[in-house]
Parts: sequence; structure tokens; C-alpha cells
Amino acid sequence: MELQTLLISMGSMGGLGALFSAGLAIANKAFYVEEDPRIAQVLDALPGANCGGCGYPGCGNFAENVVKGIAPVNGCPVGSSDTAKEIAEILGVEAAASQKIIARLMCQGGLEESAVKGVYTGIQSCLAAHILNGGDKLCEYGCLGFGDCVKACPFDAIVMGPDRLPIVIEAKCTGCGNCAEVCPRDVIEMHPENHHILVLCKNLDKGKYAGSVCTKVCIACGLCVRGAEPGEVELKNGLAVINYDKFGDKDVLPTDRCPNNCMLVFPSAKSVSQIDA
Amino acid sequence: MKLPTFKKGIHPDDQKGFSNQCEITVAEFPTEVWIPLQQHIGAQCEALVKKNDKVLTGQKIGESKAFVSAPVHSSVTGTVKTVDLFPHALGGRVPMVHIKRDAGDEQWALMEPIPDWQNASPELLKKNIRDAGIVGMGGAGFPTHVKLSPPAGKLIDSFILNGVECEPYLTADHRLMLEKPDAMLVGMMIMMRILGVTRGHIGIENNKPDAIEKVRTRIVEMALPITVVPLAVKYPQGAEKMLIQAVLKRQVPAGGLPMDAGVVVNNVGTALAVYEAVCEGKPLIERIVTITGNGIQNPSNLMARIGTPIRHLIQQAGGIKEELAQVFMGGPMMGQAQYNLDVPMIKTTSGIIGTTDFKALSENQTPCIRCGSCVTACPMFLLPTRIARFSELRRWDDAAEYGIMNCIECGSCAFACPSHIPLVQLIRLGKNKVAERARKSAS
Repeated sequence: MELQTLLISMGSMGGLGALFSAGLAIANKAFYVEEDPRIAQVLDALPGANCGGCGYPGCGNFAENVVKGIAPVNGCPVGSSDTAKEIAEILGVEAAASQKIIARLMCQGGLEESAVKGVYTGIQSCLAAHILNGGDKLCEYGCLGFGDCVKACPFDAIVMGPDRLPIVIEAKCTGCGNCAEVCPRDVIEMHPENHHILVLCKNLDKGKYAGSVCTKVCIACGLCVRGAEPGEVELKNGLAVINYDKFGDKDVLPTDRCPNNCMLVFPSAKSVSQIDA
Repeated sequence: MKLPTFKKGIHPDDQKGFSNQCEITVAEFPTEVWIPLQQHIGAQCEALVKKNDKVLTGQKIGESKAFVSAPVHSSVTGTVKTVDLFPHALGGRVPMVHIKRDAGDEQWALMEPIPDWQNASPELLKKNIRDAGIVGMGGAGFPTHVKLSPPAGKLIDSFILNGVECEPYLTADHRLMLEKPDAMLVGMMIMMRILGVTRGHIGIENNKPDAIEKVRTRIVEMALPITVVPLAVKYPQGAEKMLIQAVLKRQVPAGGLPMDAGVVVNNVGTALAVYEAVCEGKPLIERIVTITGNGIQNPSNLMARIGTPIRHLIQQAGGIKEELAQVFMGGPMMGQAQYNLDVPMIKTTSGIIGTTDFKALSENQTPCIRCGSCVTACPMFLLPTRIARFSELRRWDDAAEYGIMNCIECGSCAFACPSHIPLVQLIRLGKNKVAERARKSAS
């Protein structure tokens, strides 16, 4: 091959390269899009799990909306209050104190407690069992125990317990709410950390029948209502419901005579021991 | 000659030998009945009676104002013990009227019969059918008066009576065609009159040659404008859309109803109920139920009162064998497994089957081998393997795009699957979610 051919090809390719890079350099200056540098900073401060717990499609989108002032500074349920503080510093605003939110399983009907109606051999998924006659437990409101929430948790914060009730590991739970979203029975609720007393039952059946489906069922006897100040605990549809606006963050049970021990104090011994494990 | 049928489908073992020679016997009355206020597709009835009320046989005890609904009637003469939630055969607990039967003779509360139905107005006949609480007795339970009221502009030119009974085990419709053909044919003529249709067809599968013969003879003797169409044996031929394809070679458009193809299909049991309501004034308070399976002592076909606990019916059939493992209501393909024998039979209960093998438990699921058996089997021309996978992955939009809502849940795909993948359950799950999302976005 002649030297000239080599030189021509090198020259033409190099020339083209130089031309295009010049074009790109000009375009970079001429069409530069101003992006708020704070978006990148906020994005760095966020956990980056893209869990969607804030209501936006991902962390990037949330960051944009925080900077625009649309999303609240403490809108990320996953990041701790430190995250909110960091974002507030970047934006130069005051961060409102945010309570950590934790997923709570509102059911204690494990294998021993709940009555069984038959053998379920279908798809091992709560949603499938719920649609098909409600799985193998007699209770129509309680946890089905096939672990849709365990699979939905992006932070490995839920494990299936030995009695087929999922256990939320408080230290890992970020409050994104994915578990509550997939639960077909809405038996997982998102509660702020300062809700220390929870009624762990969702069964709306009447007392006598309810008692036959589960030993840890709320039969709406009303002892807790009488034990509390007026308005703090109410009976709704056959279920004791705590009105947290009035009840506040007390951590003492309104009564210690609840016949089925439906009310528990959180953080409970069970979830703490799970953290150690 | 090759008999007509529809495309695709499966050939399960029909198991009808247990009970297809057993004549219909009237079941002993139960001492107590539980009558659900919801036995049909549509709005639930409101109870018209309360505790300690005396009720007569055939008295209306539940009604709803909604158009798509059907009233319910007491099936015994007795006293209402309570109106409360009780376990229902189709799952969950629904309000039921619990009636204790009085000792002594039965007292009937009949409706006004219309013996001169040939000259009665269709509106009057339809009102009578609605008041009798008649719903599709093949299994779906769609209120019959709604089926007989096609919206204006829909041209109905054919009527098909469904005597296919393609579900294995069941023989209730077979015995009905053999033993009560006259009443059934008159009921069919009444429905044809309401619709203004002049030609009717009866589709019967070829595994019931005696029924084909009997009905044909009676049609000739009564000189009716009805044709019996013997069909090749295949499941799910009793599904409306498949039956229309087999009998008339017409396709119901996707997402449409039979009336979009100019056809109305009704079950033979419904025709009998229509006859009894119009000509005798008797509301729908009893039906033929097949009690069968290898776990039942004396398989039989019983004429039983609605609301009878299935435990009582099984006792009438000689009780269960010790090895009984599973009981389901309806056919084995689309029926529901039962966990409680105290649930009452309802208007759509065509059979109660007790078997000694517990198949579902022993069959282990293995991965899909992409053989396409389910695609070959699906009578709705869907791709069950893909749709079920989308369901499993919670990709509801993709499932909807692949036509998940057209699935009729016949179970052919799961039956054909060599890997024992619970395809129908997965698809049902997806259908449920897709419908829920459609409802949400609509509101």
C-alpha cells in the first residue's frame, strides 16, 4: 500500500473528526440547558432505591420536584430525618420534623391462633388465595400468610415467620408502603413510630362468630373503650379503633383485660428480637 | 358423518356412567334450609321476611329493585329462624334466610299461571319469569329475564337450547331431557315466543344418544319448529360462545354477547323452570342435582329443594365412602371445591361430586416447557401461557393487551398443561386485577 493512500485516509478521517467535534463544541455552548445544580445534590442525598414510596416514579423525579418546591422536603419516607435535614440544607429551608413510618401487620392470626377451613394447594400467593375463596384460614379479614409483602419489600425488611405471619424488621423498614399496597386484605398498615399502641385485628365479624375463627380476634367487647379517656378508642363496625389525634403517643395499654390480647405495645419484644437475629 | 363442533377444546374422561342411568328421584325434604339472598349474577336481594315469620313454599322472601337480579323464594313451608351471614358455596359468607320446616303438609304460595301463553304479551311472560326468580341454571346464574330482553336494535333470529352438559360427571340435564322433554320443549317455545324467534335448535352431545332420540321423537309428535343438533363430544361445548359456533357456525365477536351474533342461548334446566313458572305458576324452588363421583355410595339424580345443605343431599345418595378426599359443587372443570358440607345448594348447583383422589395435591408444578398444549386447547384462541406469565409478573397491562378479559375460565388450558401450571388461577387473578384497574380508572 502506498504511503499516500494512508495519509489521505488519515487526513480525511481526522478532518471529519475535527469538524464534528467543533460542531458538538458549538452546540454545547449554543444549546446548553440550565439545570439546577441542586437537583444533582438532592439526588445524591437520597437513598437511591427508586422504591416509589414518595409517590413519584423514582428518586430523580422526586429530586426535581423537591427543588421545584412541589414535593415536601421530608417527602422521602425511606430516608431518615438526616436525609430531610440534608435536603433542607441544600435548598436552604427549614426541615419539618418527620416521624419515621413503619409497616405494621395488623393481624396476630398465625397457624396456632386462626381456625383452618381446608387445604389450599393453589398458587402460593396472597392475592391468588384471596380471590379463590380466601385461602385456608377461616378468617376473611386476616393475614393469608403467603408472603406477597415479603416479595414486594425492596429493602428485605419483611421476613416470613414460622407461624406464617410476616415479621417487619423495624430497623430495616423504610416506610415506603409497597407491602401495604400489594396486600389484598389491607392487613398491613403504615403507622408513624409514635403510634405505640396498635389494635392488631381487622376482623369485622360479630363477636360470637369472630371468636370461632381466631383466638386473637377483636370481638368489640369495649373494655378498651371504657379503660381509655372518652373518644380515644372507639368501636367501629365491630372493631376497636384508636383515634390517634386524641390518644397521642401514649405507650400504655388502655386496658390490661383485653380478652384476646388484640392490643400490643410497640416497639414489641418480637420485632426487637428479630433485629438481633 | 362427522358431527359439528367448535374449534379447539379438550376431551376429558366424561365419567357420566356413575349416574346417567339413574332416574330422577325426589329428595327427602330437609328439616332446615338456608336460602342465600345472592344466587345469581347481579344485585343482591333484600330480605322480605324477618325472624319468626311464617313462610309458605314458593313465597317470595327476597327481592331487589335492580334490573339485573332475580328474587328468591322459600323452598319449604316453615318458620324463619334468622336472617344472617352463613357460608356460601361460592365462597365467603353471604346473607341467607334460615328456615325451619314445619311438620305436616306443605302449603304453597303459587303465582298466577298463564296457561294461554301463546297469546300472552311477551312483557307479561317476562314479568312472570322474573317473579319466579329464574336464572341460568347451567351454572352461571345470569337472570333469565335479562337474557330475554335484548336491547332495541339487536336482531335476534335464533334460539339455542343448551343440552350439551359437557362437564364430566354431570347428568342432571341428560335425565331432564329423557324424563321431562315435553315440559322442557314448552318452556323453550315460551322463550322463543318472548323473543319473537321462529326457529329453535337444541344442541345435545353425542354421548347422550337416548336423549337425542327422545327429544327428536317428542318434537315430531308435538310438531314444533325445533331442530335437534347432535354434536361431537368435546369440552367446553356447553359454553355459549362455543355452542353457537358448533350449532350455527357463527362467531360471537370478542368481548361481545351471544345477542351480538343474533342468538340467545338458554339451558334445558332453565326451560323447565320457565314452563313451571308460566304454566303452573311455580317459582324456582327446586332443581335437579347430580350427586356422583367415586366417593359417593349411590350416585343419583335428585330433584332437590333450593337451600338444602349438601350434606343432606349426599346422605340421600347413600352417604360418602370412607376414602372420600374431596367434594366439589358444579362440574369438575369449573366447579368449586367445598370445605364445609353445611353450605346450601343454590339455583345453579347442577352437581355435587365426591372423589377419592385428591389430584391437586399430588401434582407438582414444573416449569413451562413451551409445548403450546394450552394454546391448542384454548377455545377462545388466547395464549394462556403468555397471559398467565404476565399475571404472575403482575404485568396487568400486557395481560389486558393479550385479551385476558376474553377468557371464559373453562379450564381447558390447565387440563392440557403437562407441567401442571395452575393457568386458570393465574388468569383469574389477572382478570380480577385488570377489571379492578379498569373500574378505578373509570371512576
